Amino acid sequence: MSSATTPPDSDPTGRRRVHSMLKLYYGLNEEGTAAEQAESLDPCDINGPHFDPEVYLNKLRKECSLGELMDHESCMVKQIRSLDSDMQTLVYENYNKFISATDTIRKMKNDFKKMEDEMDCLSANMAAITEFSARISGTLQDQHAQITKLSGVHTLLRKLQFLFELPARLNKCLELQAYAQAVSAHRRARCVLQQYSHMPSFRGIQDDCHVIMEQLAQQLRQKFRDGGSSAKDLSECVELLLQLDEPAEELCDKFLSHAQSRLEADLQGLEVELKDSAVTDTGGGSVQKTSPGSNPVSPSSSSVINPFLSPTAGTDILEFIDRGCNEFVSSLCLVIASYQELFINRPQEGELASKNIPEMANGKLHVFVDTLAARYFSLVEQRIQEEKGVGDNSLLVRALDRFHRRLQAITKLLPGSAVPSHGTEIVVRAARERIKQYLSALQTFYHDSLTDVRQALAAPRLAVGGASTSGGGVTSKDATPSLPELLTSLSNFILNQLKSVLASVHLFTAKDITFSNKPYFKGEFCSQGVREGLVVSFIKFICQSSRQYCESAGDRGGSTPPALLLLLSRLCLDYETSTISYILTLTDEQFLVQHHTPVTPVTALCAEAREAAQKLLNHYVKVQGLIISQMLRKSVETRDWVNTIEPRNVRAVMKRVVEDTTSIDVQVGLLYEEGVRKAHSSDSSKRTFSVYSSSRQQIRYAPSYTPSAPMDTNLLSNIHKLFSERIDIFSPVEFNKVSVLTGIIKISLKTFLECVRLRTFGRYGLQQIQVDCHYLQMYLWRFVSDENLVHFLLDEIVGSAAHRCLDPSPMEQSVIEVICERG
Amino acid sequence: MEDDAPVIYGLEFQARALTAQTAETDAIRFLVGTQSLKFDNQIHIIDFDDENNMINKSVLLHDAGEIWHISGSPAEKAVLTTCYSKTSESRVLTCAAVWRMPPEWESGSHESPDDSSNNPQTLELLCHLDNTTHGSVACVLWEPMGDGKRVISLAENHVLLWDLQESSTKATISSSATLEGKGQLKFTAGKWSPHHNSTQLATANDTAIRGWDLRSMSQIYCIESAHGQLVRDLDFNPNKQYYLASCGDDCKVKFWDVRHINEPVKCLEEHSHWVWSVRYNHSHDQLLLTGSSDSRVILSNMVSISSEPFGHLVDDDELSDNEESQQEDKGKEPLQDSIIATYEEHEDSVYAVEWSAADPWLFASLSYDGRLVINRVPRALKYRILL
Repeated sequence: MSSATTPPDSDPTGRRRVHSMLKLYYGLNEEGTAAEQAESLDPCDINGPHFDPEVYLNKLRKECSLGELMDHESCMVKQIRSLDSDMQTLVYENYNKFISATDTIRKMKNDFKKMEDEMDCLSANMAAITEFSARISGTLQDQHAQITKLSGVHTLLRKLQFLFELPARLNKCLELQAYAQAVSAHRRARCVLQQYSHMPSFRGIQDDCHVIMEQLAQQLRQKFRDGGSSAKDLSECVELLLQLDEPAEELCDKFLSHAQSRLEADLQGLEVELKDSAVTDTGGGSVQKTSPGSNPVSPSSSSVINPFLSPTAGTDILEFIDRGCNEFVSSLCLVIASYQELFINRPQEGELASKNIPEMANGKLHVFVDTLAARYFSLVEQRIQEEKGVGDNSLLVRALDRFHRRLQAITKLLPGSAVPSHGTEIVVRAARERIKQYLSALQTFYHDSLTDVRQALAAPRLAVGGASTSGGGVTSKDATPSLPELLTSLSNFILNQLKSVLASVHLFTAKDITFSNKPYFKGEFCSQGVREGLVVSFIKFICQSSRQYCESAGDRGGSTPPALLLLLSRLCLDYETSTISYILTLTDEQFLVQHHTPVTPVTALCAEAREAAQKLLNHYVKVQGLIISQMLRKSVETRDWVNTIEPRNVRAVMKRVVEDTTSIDVQVGLLYEEGVRKAHSSDSSKRTFSVYSSSRQQIRYAPSYTPSAPMDTNLLSNIHKLFSERIDIFSPVEFNKVSVLTGIIKISLKTFLECVRLRTFGRYGLQQIQVDCHYLQMYLWRFVSDENLVHFLLDEIVGSAAHRCLDPSPMEQSVIEVICERG
Repeated sequence: MEDDAPVIYGLEFQARALTAQTAETDAIRFLVGTQSLKFDNQIHIIDFDDENNMINKSVLLHDAGEIWHISGSPAEKAVLTTCYSKTSESRVLTCAAVWRMPPEWESGSHESPDDSSNNPQTLELLCHLDNTTHGSVACVLWEPMGDGKRVISLAENHVLLWDLQESSTKATISSSATLEGKGQLKFTAGKWSPHHNSTQLATANDTAIRGWDLRSMSQIYCIESAHGQLVRDLDFNPNKQYYLASCGDDCKVKFWDVRHINEPVKCLEEHSHWVWSVRYNHSHDQLLLTGSSDSRVILSNMVSISSEPFGHLVDDDELSDNEESQQEDKGKEPLQDSIIATYEEHEDSVYAVEWSAADPWLFASLSYDGRLVINRVPRALKYRILL
């Protein structure tokens, strides 16, 4: 009964089939082969569990032939046989295995029994060991505790020894000046000592230590205070002191006060120097240190102290500032640096960090620096103020530069400090002050120059400006300079002085000066300071002082020499025409004045100068006119015109008038142009006059002397006046010689007229007036712009004299001419 | 009404002396004294008819000599003083006398000018202010607002105070003072102060101005060098007792506070020649008149140193009541010190200017050629001052 499809090959699959079939057989696999069972529900499957031999046989018998049945029967037998053999093999195999297993189990039973005995023995042994061990440790316990205790005592003893030795050690450190060691040692012991301070012995140690440390601190402080120590030492000192719980604030204060004392010594040195120089300054022993070559010399060798020759005494300002910088500023910088090193920039560790030292220290430093710098600044300012002499500006500028430059160091060290800006302010102030000084120096110079000019004018003039002296200039004493020379030299002196001042001031803005790029020096200094404050002010001052000459002299009767007035007038006029614009252009170029702020325009200055010139010239005319007027007036008022004798001569005063007029003419001609005059009726004064007088004589005088017609003179004179222009006596004049002379002559003759009208004349009095007037006519016509003016005024004089005459019998014209020609 | 044109009156002779008739407060009347060496001198009485803008004149003979100064009594219309020069034995002396105008002159004033000149009446001499011992008299001053009994004459360097008695027919010197000093001192001008109960006098000699106390006849102040040149005239501010104006040959007019004599309060320099005369307006002391030998008369408005409140505000209500509305605009801005007008009607030196005693807005000026010009304060200014 085997399946026909599967041959019973001895391959692995075949064998497994065998196994599974065996299992099946034995019913081992009731659940594992369920699927197969489902498949082989067929009762005809010989290998299936539902095999029904009856069904199978029936089927076979129904379907197969005999041969086939035969074959099938033999195959079946074959398969049964192989199956039987397989079964036999299996049974055999398994029997052998069972036998050996039984043997093994039997052997194991024996072995375990032996092992059990051994295990019992072991446990007994172990119990013995345990017991022993316990006994040993029990005996050793005591000793171990003792050893531990001993070692603890040992360490404690070591510590105690350290403590007991501490004072000695500290002392030694102190002796050796090993402060750092001492401090660290003390720090280690401090806590313990603190803790056990209730025990007398420790208390003793602590006290000792305290004393020593106190001593040490004292020494440190001493060292700190001594200051001789180097910065490193100091810093160490401070560090140690800080570690010794010295309050930082106090340290700062101490440090600063210590530094202050040193700096103050510097300052005192400066102060002393300042005082010394002040003393020598007032002492008057002005030692010329700077070379005067750069300064223009005074216009004359007069005793006037020229402010431009600086009276430097004691140390000069550069030295002073140098000293200040080197001593004070540099040590201040050092102090700041080391202070910062010590208190501000140090790494913060531990408890010190919490105390906010840098902030406090910084505040203190600022206050410290500010106070000291303030004192320094005040000294510097005092010194600068003493720098009155305006000679060598470069010294001051260099000093200021150095001053300013050195302060920059402080800026770097102490960024927030106000000191450098204060310094800059000082520089600015100094510059301003300087400009003021220069202005006043210029003004003094101007006054001195004028004084010199006055002296030159007052010096006896042999030739009234006529012969020009050799070009010796003002400085040569032997030759008296003429007016034009005086004018040019004066004007040149002023201009040169101004230029040199400008050059001096220009130093302030030089490129290599540190403060020159400050906004003040770029803008305001140039425009407001130099241009307005110096140049414009000076020009205005010239005009102003010129005007003052007019006003003050007016009432006091001409204390100013007229020639000076004339000179100044010309000077102002020159300024108006050229000098002002020249000076201002020069200034603008030199200082690159940027006109941010409104500045005085050139035209305004020119107008002012012109006004001054006009005023001066008017005043000159007035003064000269008054001088001549005064002569004429005295001559008319003091004479008894009723009882005078017959005229034989021209009165001396008339000659004097003509002389003076001539000299005025020459004087004015030296400085002013001729000017335009109206065309002369003739080139000969003689003929003009004779024609005039003879023709007038008939018309004017003849009728007026007849008592019957008193109206005629009035009528004629009125008619004449009707057609002639009104004469303004004290009227402004033009800038030329003729106009000036006309003004003077007008004033003189008008005075003459008014004086004549107040007098009463006798016959000869009238005749004398006739002679005088004729004489004046002969000489004065040539000076004036319109000779008719002279004619008219003289006519009026003679006419008025005739009116005021008790016995009007005029002199013969020919006789008058003869007298006049005779002299 | 536009401003009236000036009224001009011509005298035949040259003239320096001009005065308003001080005692006359109704008619506008000026007295002019002539200067002539050859003819009989006259006093012209100029009556100005304001309504018709006309001049009536009458002439009185003054045969004593040419008149240098004339002054009317403040109490009696008909009484006046003159300073005149008298020539005797080739010596010229200026004398002073008190005169009375003949009572008939007013009736004669209506005659035609020709008649009156042909037949002029003569002044009645009341008395001489005898000066033979003191020299030439520069001027005679009546006591301001007095009873016409006291006059002062300035003779050379003497101040003489006279009492006029017996209807001014007798003059006696009640007190005198003499200015002593170097050189020949001579008073040129003087003014009797209307203030302080008429006890003060100011005189000018050369460049100095001096104040005198008439009770003690002693000098109370002296402004040395008040002017650069000769001082020609003085006048007191009628309303401010310490204020004084002076003028002189330096072409200036100066105002002084006699309590502070070092500096003038103010100084005007408008004339181009000597200033011969200065006069405050009697009522409105900001108005000042000056006459000069540059032939000009200048009327100035010196508000800042007047008794008028300076820069006072004009009340708007009052102005709106005013009919002349165009005045309103001008009235708002306060008046400044200024020249109001320069009068150029003269062609010769003006030696005298005088305000009318009757009409405060009217004044006369006299130039050497005998021309008298009567002018008024510009109407616009008048209204501004009044309103």
